[in-house]
Amino acid sequence: MTTLQTVFAKAKADDRAALIGYLPAGFPTQDGAIAVATAMVEAGCDVIEIGLPYSDPLMDGPTIQDAVHRALTNGTRIADVLRTVEGVAKTGAATLVMTYWNPIDRYGAERFARDLANAGGTGTITPDLTPEESEPWRTASAAVGIDTVFLVAPSSPETRIKAVIDSCTGFVYAASLMGVTGARESVGSAAQGLVERTRAHTDLPICVGLGVGTGRQAAEVAGYADGVIVGSAFIRRVLDAPDEASGLAAVRALGAELAAGVRG
Amino acid sequence: MTAQEGTVLTTADLAGNGAHGNDPDIHGKFGVFGGRYVPEALIPALDEVAAEYDKAKNDVAFIREFDHLLRTYAGRPTTLTEVSRFAEQAGGARIILKREDLTHTGAHKINNVLGQALLTKRLGKTRVIAETGAGQHGVATATAAALMGLECVIYMGAVDCERQALNVARMKLLGATVIPVTNGSQTLKDAINEAFRDWVANVDHTHYLFGTIAGPHPFPEIVRDFARVIGVEARRQILELTGRLPDAIAAAVGGGSNAIGIFHAFLDDEGVQLHGYEAGGRGLESGEHALTLTQGSVGVLHGSRTYVLQDDEGQTIESHSISAGLDYPGVGPEHAWLKDTGRASYHGITDAEAMDAFSLLSRTEGIIPAIESSHALAGALKLGREMGPEATILVNLSGRGDKDMGTAMKYFNL
Repeated sequence: MTTLQTVFAKAKADDRAALIGYLPAGFPTQDGAIAVATAMVEAGCDVIEIGLPYSDPLMDGPTIQDAVHRALTNGTRIADVLRTVEGVAKTGAATLVMTYWNPIDRYGAERFARDLANAGGTGTITPDLTPEESEPWRTASAAVGIDTVFLVAPSSPETRIKAVIDSCTGFVYAASLMGVTGARESVGSAAQGLVERTRAHTDLPICVGLGVGTGRQAAEVAGYADGVIVGSAFIRRVLDAPDEASGLAAVRALGAELAAGVRG
Repeated sequence: MTAQEGTVLTTADLAGNGAHGNDPDIHGKFGVFGGRYVPEALIPALDEVAAEYDKAKNDVAFIREFDHLLRTYAGRPTTLTEVSRFAEQAGGARIILKREDLTHTGAHKINNVLGQALLTKRLGKTRVIAETGAGQHGVATATAAALMGLECVIYMGAVDCERQALNVARMKLLGATVIPVTNGSQTLKDAINEAFRDWVANVDHTHYLFGTIAGPHPFPEIVRDFARVIGVEARRQILELTGRLPDAIAAAVGGGSNAIGIFHAFLDDEGVQLHGYEAGGRGLESGEHALTLTQGSVGVLHGSRTYVLQDDEGQTIESHSISAGLDYPGVGPEHAWLKDTGRASYHGITDAEAMDAFSLLSRTEGIIPAIESSHALAGALKLGREMGPEATILVNLSGRGDKDMGTAMKYFNL
């Protein structure tokens, strides 16, 4: 299993930012998700976040909502998510699960942490789990040695940034803008300031997500952050492709463009 | 501040704080329920709303303004009406209705929206957004926004927009923008998701005028406090009318705001039974219901830990009810807490039972109730038969049935 610590140490040694790609399990199909994620890794993603499809994704924009809806319609279950993690982890990328809290809560925190670790997962990102409510999950994760990544936002005052990073291991996820997921014309102007404010309180790597979708944007973010997170832009390539092969080709092309971006 | 002649509220009535142990802790927890499960980006906005509300609820000027609107705009206090012809079907028990159907816009929702619209102005925000299922909260929000000159955007499931075209027209006439939500099940829960997405992007000038006692802290507390006037009035009125407290209170529960509104002033009156009635839809066996408290399990939905209709992996299950206002797979965390502490009990009423009560009240009393409220009426009929002729039951008639004529025409072949 490749850990986040290994990924960021290597990226630092290469004097570049890490590239992190997101894809929901079960999208476009069960096996298709592993194929797309593998293409993302081959094109240069260091870390893959496998999304756990959830019926009420209130932080996600239309592209991810669409993909998640398809995954749920495909009948994707937690066992499928774990199987996807297992398949992707074999590529050598550090593999995380990104999920809203309720599916873990229902599955059981200790059980999910154990099953994720056994599948080769290296941690989770939980966007609606606040520091106040995160203690059971941090305990369960620490017990099996997986990381817990939480988010800071442009609206976060210093006290909140401190509370969030106290709960984080692996890296800190800095939301580049006030809004939902989705590629945008420009990365939020608040992102750099947020990274700097966060950096003042932690030695953990800080990665920027929301709204990043091009090599140029990746290069810009790589100028001040330790990692660049891209989700909707990859999904869009798959959604817009007429068939599986051209979808994979488009994902590889985007991955290569972003990988060049994070290398400045 | 004590109750002035002609006023309906005091600071103690609004907040109820410190007077008893029936408030959430500083994290918005009612026992293990409530709290905040939301993106970090929204935490500062929730903190801001909570801080401003804490100031407002202890500010005599704010209470006076709210009280003034409740009296001169919403039409409070609403009366009690004893319904003896209807009660003949309830084993002879006395049944007394709290007439929220007589408020402006025709439902209890006006209480909450006036309070929150005033709060929006205190927050210095110029735009309100809201979710709506049947359109009642949307209409109420559009009404308050028109009154106070706030920009108003209402999110409504596309399926609901079609079912409730008349309410869509009302909202538009009131100056609101109605955005049909086409993702997910295209109903209330998806409208809430979409409103949260709008809020996180526009939080600097927008208040999310939440419509029920669900959602992240402080919404369950704020909405409850603004709805609390129902029970505060009813408690005084029933003492005046009957010389004693009622034996039981019956209210419909969807998200739970009308029920908590009438329950809350009676929580410390141990002799008063509190009964909430959820939508049993086509019956438990059909799987098509909204029996969140009676059949759901504990989970997290829309930012709050509470009872949820969910599958074994935490995916929300779509609810069903003939009444759009009760068609919600979650419920306010305070009801979850009242259920687990045993202070209140919750039961299911099927579509058919609710429609029978809807018809019965119309024919025996000349009052056409909302189908939501008809669930409470059906509950009171059962309760009366159980409790016997000595019992007095107070029912929250949370809204009027004009909006339900389309459903009634179809159901009864009118």
